[in-house]
Amino acid sequence: MIGIINYGSGNIQAILNIHKKLNVHAFIANSTEELTKAEKLILPGVGAFDETMNKLISSGLIDSLNDCVLAKKTPVLGICVGMQIMANRSDEGTMNGLGWFDAEVKKLNPVNKKGEAVLMPHMGWNSVQQKYDSDLLNGIDPARGFYFLHSYHFVCKNEDDILAETHYGDTITSAISKENIYGTQFHPEKSHTNGIRVFKNFSEL
Amino acid sequence: MLRPRIIPCLLVHNRGLVKTVQFRDPKYVGDPLNAVKIFNEKEADELLVIDIDASVNEVEPDYQLIKNIASECRMPLCYGGGVKNVDQAQRIINLGAEKVALSSALINDIDLVSKIGSVIGNQSVVAVMDIKKRGLFKKQEIFTHNATKSTGLDPVDFAIKLAAKGVGEIVINSVDQDGVMQGYDYDLIDKIKSKVNLPITALGGAGSLDDLEELISKFGVIGAAAGSLFVFKGVYKAVLINYPNPEQKLEMIHKAF
Repeated sequence: MIGIINYGSGNIQAILNIHKKLNVHAFIANSTEELTKAEKLILPGVGAFDETMNKLISSGLIDSLNDCVLAKKTPVLGICVGMQIMANRSDEGTMNGLGWFDAEVKKLNPVNKKGEAVLMPHMGWNSVQQKYDSDLLNGIDPARGFYFLHSYHFVCKNEDDILAETHYGDTITSAISKENIYGTQFHPEKSHTNGIRVFKNFSEL
Repeated sequence: MLRPRIIPCLLVHNRGLVKTVQFRDPKYVGDPLNAVKIFNEKEADELLVIDIDASVNEVEPDYQLIKNIASECRMPLCYGGGVKNVDQAQRIINLGAEKVALSSALINDIDLVSKIGSVIGNQSVVAVMDIKKRGLFKKQEIFTHNATKSTGLDPVDFAIKLAAKGVGEIVINSVDQDGVMQGYDYDLIDKIKSKVNLPITALGGAGSLDDLEELISKFGVIGAAAGSLFVFKGVYKAVLINYPNPEQKLEMIHKAF
């Protein structure tokens, strides 16, 4: 049973619809009780960093979320800013993140290392390169890739946390993983076949 | 590699889908949700949905329709029409759209870009400029309210200002090319694109996949949006929703790059 955390951010309905299509039981987790009932959690996200943290705090779910993920080791998948808030902090705001990864969220550089201009934000379909085998990205078409929409990117202090990278200007982290915690910078709920596959993989972990 | 985006643009009028010619004579082409389902199956890169009634009638965006479209949509969705403030933009994002497009509201208050951006993220704030030639010298100006009101603003200057305010994307919508299906206004796109360092989407004029290919070969990573091309088929413009398949799309991109 997959709980999609409803804290007022991200496309919950689209994620729910994909699970229906996959015949995977998913539900919208609105309360601490519902959160702890879930075998797996999805932390969606669209918006600015501080706004997202504020919503998570005012939802009253943050303590039980930390408990599920860090103590009970419930598998969790963060999407876009839902992944970014797993870092310690972000250039986009002043608030602390969840701190699940020793990482910072930094503004994408509008000039790459070769001195070429890079369009800001990173918007559209881009390919991904997996750093190591992981069931989360099993069977996806890396060339077709996923939909990205962001101006800030996840910078891991620990290289082992990087699950996949994407070339945009320079190399950026497009998926992360550590024990039971997963995150994608891209939007699997908006990435057609590849995206559906990620949710299927996550449900089968 | 980041790829150019090929984007169907759907116009909503009286809760149905329509297609205009030079922003006039809306012709009914079907049901919005049905169209979204078809574009899901065809794996479209992104969808741009614009309600052409909301600003003109001074009404709120149709949240129920947006919710229905967003929950059906398995591709990124940008909604525009009648959005004037932070609360509306946030509500639309919460309903499941990835981006919110603003047009006339930005003419009145360009600071809306940063105000809305601080809540939904600047990457999700899109500016649509409806551009039309005007007067004896055919000077191109930004128009609003379905191209009935001129603003006197120069599109290049305004695009530079929008970029400075941190807008996430600019949609260059050519009123003169709308529905004519004779190719994009490449000069106009070039003038604007060369001045700003952000994603640009061109809309207005695509009549064939060759037009998309020409746009991509000229500008590389760009949004190639089209209305008529993806809802009509053949010289008699029979209504038939269509979209290049993944192989056609890749071939088009390979040829252009």
